[in-house]
Amino acid sequence: MERVPLEQKVLSENDRIAAELRARFTEHGILCLNLISSPGSGKTSLLERTLESLPRHDRVAVLTGDIQTENDANRLKRFHFPVKQITTGGTCHLDARMIERHLADWKLEDLDLLLIENVGNLVCPASYDLGEAAKVVVLSVTEGEDKPLKYPSIFFKSDLLVLSKIDLLPYVPFDIDVAAENARKVHPGMEIVKVSCLMGNGLHEWKMWLAERRRAHKSLVQQTAS
Amino acid sequence: MGIANSVLDAVRTEMGCHPGTYPCKVGVRIGEMAAIDQDALRFCFEAMIQDTDLASLELAIEVCPLRYRCQVCAREFVVRDYDSHCPQCASLETTYISGDELEFAYLEVEEYGASTVGAKSSQ
Repeated sequence: MERVPLEQKVLSENDRIAAELRARFTEHGILCLNLISSPGSGKTSLLERTLESLPRHDRVAVLTGDIQTENDANRLKRFHFPVKQITTGGTCHLDARMIERHLADWKLEDLDLLLIENVGNLVCPASYDLGEAAKVVVLSVTEGEDKPLKYPSIFFKSDLLVLSKIDLLPYVPFDIDVAAENARKVHPGMEIVKVSCLMGNGLHEWKMWLAERRRAHKSLVQQTAS
Repeated sequence: MGIANSVLDAVRTEMGCHPGTYPCKVGVRIGEMAAIDQDALRFCFEAMIQDTDLASLELAIEVCPLRYRCQVCAREFVVRDYDSHCPQCASLETTYISGDELEFAYLEVEEYGASTVGAKSSQ
């Protein structure tokens, strides 16, 4: 019996493609965000509210992942930004190759912001790097406030937690402070915004976070280039 | 399933470098924060090797804890129950070191004929 050391990552092929994507995003000054949540937490609604608030000339594009249907892309296309649906046909997460393939006929030099809506799932998407600058996790108040403890990885790896559907707080036994505390247990200092896409509460904070990220990314890219 | 598939792909690739042998055991390191359910991975792995040339391949999983380093006193420690205070100086200025692994550790290979166990479907 011989034991051969294997020093490589299990997802090394995905990581290789993700690193290439990240380099391309940096080269073109694109901020790429990967939105992750359980199914039905409100990722698409958050994107709708985001796209409708951006100026028509803004250089933004969206890739939206689902196992089946073009429904999400159809919802997002009415804002006149480039939108493409990725249907995974059964796979419960997006991977870097899917992103690479779906970007093939977009001119990256025309973009500043790429929003990726992952397949609704709090587990597997956490393992697959898509070349993003940051992950954003969305948790709705109709879920349990202990979700950050049950699915720590995605909360640990995300830069921002969006607590969504806060207009429902009077009707559900969800303690938003406990949810925030649990998220910060897993990820000390995690940034959190609380939004209702239906009523509009908190969307300003989300847009401020996004604008600040775009500004910071731009200056980082400029520094790297000079 | 994707992870199990990646493990098997890597085993097959590595076996190209070890002619005359068959793989017995593949070791992987999985961090507490890697979002990998061990039972699910094992289940997928076993389902995928059934009735293939790798049917006897064993999957060994080593779980790696979440580790932080204290910025104040430089102590490195294992984080338990998400308590990221330094156990030595109680500082909260601590940073992540590891716990997100999803890596291969090793592959054990056996020469054909050295043992009858596991060689059945490879020959």
